[in-house]
Amino acid sequence: MTTTEPAPTEAEERPVGFGRLLRKEDPRLIRGMGKFVDDIQMPGMLHLAILRSPMAHAKIVSIDKSAAEAHPKVVAVITGEDLAEQGLAWMPTLSNDVQAVLATDKVRFQHQEVAFVVAEDRYSARDALELIEVDYEWIDPVVDVRSAMDADTPVIRDDLEGKTDNHIFDWETGDEAATNAIFESADVVVSEEIIYPRVHPAPMETCGCVADVERVSGQLTLWSTTQAPHAHRTVYALVAGLPEHKIRVIAPDIGGGFGNKVPIYPGYVCAIVASLVIGKPVKWMEDRTENLVSTGFARDYVMQGEIAATKDGKILAVRTNVLADHGAFNGVAAPTKYPAGFFGVFTGSYDLEAAYCKMQAVYTNKAPGGVAYACSFRITEAVYLIERIVDCLAYELEMDPAELRLKNFIQPDQFPYESKTGWVYDSGDYEPAMRLAMEMAGYDELRREQAEKREKGELMGIGISFFTEAVGAGPRKDMDILGLGMADGCELRIHPTGKAVVRLSVKTQGQGHETTFAQIVAEEIGIPPEDIEVIHGDTDNTPFGLGTYGSRSTPVSGAAAALVTRKVRDKAQIIASGMLEVSVADLEWVKGSFHVKGDPSKSVTIQDIAMKAHGAGDLPEGIEGGLEAQICYNPENLTYPFGAYICVVDIDPGTAVVKVRRFIAVDDCGTQINPMIIEGQVHGGLADGVGMAMMEMIAFDEDGNCLGGSLMDYLIPTALETPDWETGHTVTPSPHHPIGAKGIGESATVGSPPAVVNAIVDALKPYGIRHADMPLTPSRVWETMRGNHTPPI
Amino acid sequence: MQVPAPFEYERATSVEQAIALRERLGEEARFIAGGHSLLPMMKLRLANPEYLIDINDCTELFYITEDADQIRIGAMTRHRELLDSALLAQHFPIFRDAEKVIADPVVRNRGTLGGSLCQADPSEDLSAVCATLDASCVIKSTTGERVVSMHDFHVGPYETAVGDAEMLTEIRIPLKPNGSSAYEKVERRAGDWAVVSAGAAVWMDGATIAEGRVGLAAVGANTTSIGPVSEILRGATPSEELYQQAGEAAAANCSPQTDQRGTAEYKTHLAMELTKRALRRSVTRANGQEA
Repeated sequence: MTTTEPAPTEAEERPVGFGRLLRKEDPRLIRGMGKFVDDIQMPGMLHLAILRSPMAHAKIVSIDKSAAEAHPKVVAVITGEDLAEQGLAWMPTLSNDVQAVLATDKVRFQHQEVAFVVAEDRYSARDALELIEVDYEWIDPVVDVRSAMDADTPVIRDDLEGKTDNHIFDWETGDEAATNAIFESADVVVSEEIIYPRVHPAPMETCGCVADVERVSGQLTLWSTTQAPHAHRTVYALVAGLPEHKIRVIAPDIGGGFGNKVPIYPGYVCAIVASLVIGKPVKWMEDRTENLVSTGFARDYVMQGEIAATKDGKILAVRTNVLADHGAFNGVAAPTKYPAGFFGVFTGSYDLEAAYCKMQAVYTNKAPGGVAYACSFRITEAVYLIERIVDCLAYELEMDPAELRLKNFIQPDQFPYESKTGWVYDSGDYEPAMRLAMEMAGYDELRREQAEKREKGELMGIGISFFTEAVGAGPRKDMDILGLGMADGCELRIHPTGKAVVRLSVKTQGQGHETTFAQIVAEEIGIPPEDIEVIHGDTDNTPFGLGTYGSRSTPVSGAAAALVTRKVRDKAQIIASGMLEVSVADLEWVKGSFHVKGDPSKSVTIQDIAMKAHGAGDLPEGIEGGLEAQICYNPENLTYPFGAYICVVDIDPGTAVVKVRRFIAVDDCGTQINPMIIEGQVHGGLADGVGMAMMEMIAFDEDGNCLGGSLMDYLIPTALETPDWETGHTVTPSPHHPIGAKGIGESATVGSPPAVVNAIVDALKPYGIRHADMPLTPSRVWETMRGNHTPPI
Repeated sequence: MQVPAPFEYERATSVEQAIALRERLGEEARFIAGGHSLLPMMKLRLANPEYLIDINDCTELFYITEDADQIRIGAMTRHRELLDSALLAQHFPIFRDAEKVIADPVVRNRGTLGGSLCQADPSEDLSAVCATLDASCVIKSTTGERVVSMHDFHVGPYETAVGDAEMLTEIRIPLKPNGSSAYEKVERRAGDWAVVSAGAAVWMDGATIAEGRVGLAAVGANTTSIGPVSEILRGATPSEELYQQAGEAAAANCSPQTDQRGTAEYKTHLAMELTKRALRRSVTRANGQEA
């Protein structure tokens, strides 16, 4: 991987604050010394395996578990009926729907949980699954999302009282009448059906937990692969009726999340129930297939996109009609008021006169989920829609896609900018980012090369994507999940010797929180990052907050960390005034110490102050001993990072094999805390984008069988499919964030798929191609070249 | 972690011992060579053998040697050794072409030629390579050995001529003058099975092709060698028209299925396109014209 950023100099290698800094967590992870859920071993620990449905839609006629129970190493076999007796057969989803923990009446997707076995070892638990006899009665599955609402379609959710169809919700945003009026009179209107197929986050570590219920105290300790330990604790309290103070959720090292570890899965609940019933610790770890076929998928939107413009390329309005496949249970993880996540930002980075979106969400016989895979709550779909349809417009207008975008950007003086769907973009300066990307790419030269190649029949494409995200959920007045506000706590303690511990509610899954948050505290208080321990992922030892997803850690908890540090610094200043015998107003903060204004020789370091705070002798009046603080930060608004991406591809006309030659990514996430970590996040997201654009898709056959049940079938890209990434940045700070930072974790995953697809479609221009759907495998590209493009769903 | 069903494990240190074990344990026993097909199938419980006979200690099967008129390769020779062999690269560059795009380095360090051929996956590359080179297979049992052609060895998908109490021990490839070969593969991603692969080999007689062979992978049950293409090539003078004609014959003699790797039409097209490319490259190499 390459980068255009300069290599760090000696002095920059150990910044006390922001700058390039090797990750504090890496020495243990690189040496294989990380501690993951599956590393947890406890005396007497039992193993749980889940029996899953072979069919997508079927009535459960009977279950015979006697042979499994007779297995010498099996401790318990539990069915949905057993759970129903305890009132635990169903659980709430994150979208106020319910989901079966174990199926009782019928199965609603292939690989749905039907029963579980607890045994002395993992092998025996798995072996015993084959001894459970289930008699199923076939029901026609609903696989095609487009026919889910047809009159004669079987009703999937007959568990819901009065349910007579597969409808979940209708949702709309924007001004329909104003948008329609513009469409009626516009010079140019372009329509295209744009599909974002179902994909899967496929984290390296699958989901799992170890549940340990102590029989006497009733204390539940749950080591769990969760991105949101506090939110999960509260949900367990609500589901299982366990008192919340008796629940401790620990998320140890997590091997990738990407949204996959936000929901609560039936397996976690099964393990808790098993430990509760048996009185021993119980481990459940999914295998790879289980992870791919049953846990939180992403996307699955069929979007009818329409764009209206003047003939000289002024974009006037965007309109879209979306059909959303939510699977068998509505398990979307999104703030309550946002059933379509933040899809409302589909107006992108452009200053429009009107916009309107109408959406219908339906049940199908597929695994539940819906918001996962680094999507910033559906902004992935929104950005793909707008960036694809803008390219379709450029095609029709015969305009350069870069020029068309530059002509329509929201201008710097328009910020804060309220979009036509009501989103207030905090800050942005789009043209410099776009120009930088074009300069790094050598855009004009690339276009010249492309023209020459087209003369010779060679296929080369240049794709552009310019995205704006809305991340950092979110303000309490607007955003909650299951009634829990999306504000984050943070606690900072400075020890007597001047070392510090900062406790976060968010939880890294690989993003580097242990480094980034130490740097935020360091920047604010001047203690070196190596002297600051970051504690996270343990509900008993950290303040409440909603967790890490939707690129919210830096926007929300990062702000909390900065503000709690300032609170400590304010106290330190008072103590320093006592130590230096001057008034607080006479002190000046120079990173790491307070100086008497005008007399720099009179100063105390933060370490001196920490010792004083805990030491003997009087403190200024009204000041308690100790040097620590806690806050809960309620963000004023989301942050709006943006970026300009350019992808260059070459296509072999004989085989339709696409080679991604170059990828230029200019990101603006406001103030940069650790540019190296930012680049790492961007690199990963760009690889995701290449994967989704070219190979990833969870497909189903007509019987609802999942065709993506292994990494041989569900492909994720390797280093050989990805080019050297060329990254750059601009810095437009967020005006409302204490340090001006915006989220970056998902920018590249959100922004890169349209760049790759736009490049491939651009390469196919000689064939008269305006659109082709992901995943653009060689076969799909070849069929498109022949005019045989068919939608993937 | 995906875990296999219970099985017994034996480790053989010689071919003789391995065959004796196989004969004793019967049809529920499987040899395990590199294990890169068998173990994943066991973990997915698609294969549930009662016994595994590990033959990784059968060191007598690790070799690539040249005889007067043939190259002999021991069945336990790893992909990595096939990739690195200067001897193979000199006589049959198709091996290096293919091995560069088979799976990934980790799999290539462990997987074997014999294991690949015995797995007989229709998408597997080495069956096509060996068939293209008109290889023959040495199959041993307690009573002796027999030699079968690749055509007879590869019975169908996941099916070979090797019996329950037999073992594939060696692959023999005839050495003929003025020949060369090449392999072309399209895959969705590095390490994926082929969407389609095509191997080609030619033996020149001056400016004409004395003999030419083409083998395909992933386009049907029995396409490891395409006889009609050999008919077209025999005695012909290389030209773009000839490659086109051969490619069309290859396409006409395959029966691919539409699946996630591609449509049947696309695969048929690739059978033609890759056959042309592999033949063109083989001839270029045979004429000593490749850089």
